[in-house]
Amino acid sequence: MSLRSPLAKAVGLGSAKHGFSHWWWQRVTAIALVPLSVWFVYSVLTVMGMDHQYASDWLAQPFNATVLILFVLTMLFHAQTGIQVVIEDYIHTKWLNLTLLLAVKFAAVLMAVMSVISVLKVVLGG
Amino acid sequence: MSSIQKARPLSPHLQIYSPQLTSMLSVIHRGTGVFLSFGSVAIVIWLGALAQGPDAYVQFQSLLAHPLSKLVLLGWCFSLCYHLCNGIRHLFWDVGAGLELSQVYRSGVVMLVTSFALTAAIVFFAVQKTGGLL
Repeated sequence: MSLRSPLAKAVGLGSAKHGFSHWWWQRVTAIALVPLSVWFVYSVLTVMGMDHQYASDWLAQPFNATVLILFVLTMLFHAQTGIQVVIEDYIHTKWLNLTLLLAVKFAAVLMAVMSVISVLKVVLGG
Repeated sequence: MSSIQKARPLSPHLQIYSPQLTSMLSVIHRGTGVFLSFGSVAIVIWLGALAQGPDAYVQFQSLLAHPLSKLVLLGWCFSLCYHLCNGIRHLFWDVGAGLELSQVYRSGVVMLVTSFALTAAIVFFAVQKTGGLL
């Protein structure tokens, strides 16, 4: 008989606290996305159908560039958080599960960097 | 895994329950979320084309002008409205509000009507702006 308590066996092994962190940041980004996505839809309606000159002038304004970067980064973080849960729930093949989880993280970071670089290029008039 | 373990009974799953408004709205929330995630690729391409220059931007716009693209855009539009409205509903639940069954059904109907109305409003403005949906 082991004298070790069940707690001693569990501590440090599970995903204690990480689950909450994941849940918490999904909510934080969700709340941020309420105004950000409303702004984004309004902006798309403003810019859609206009030519390149109009769109660049619009994006070159510091406020628009700032909020757009905030929207894209927050949205990508929120999306990868949600997709992660969907993959964890439905993909039961171990290697595929891990591959998809990694692919989603890498894709999110790649898209984040590409978006920021693109916005900065327009803002700085490259 | 031994054959005995394989034969163990499974707990009742999705296919055993008759569809309810609550469960359907939950499934659609996930579905719209996944669908919207693919939209992030389109946003990145849009910004990339904008940074690339006028030629790339014209190319991107002609891609968007395709009827199939407009159908996908309509799908993203509704998905965003739905995911936004239902997401707010979820946030209320997270602080413990509106969890009575009758309230859950009522907020579900209100959310559904609101997201359809928002979609219609956005499409209306988009059509006015560009002068024709298709």
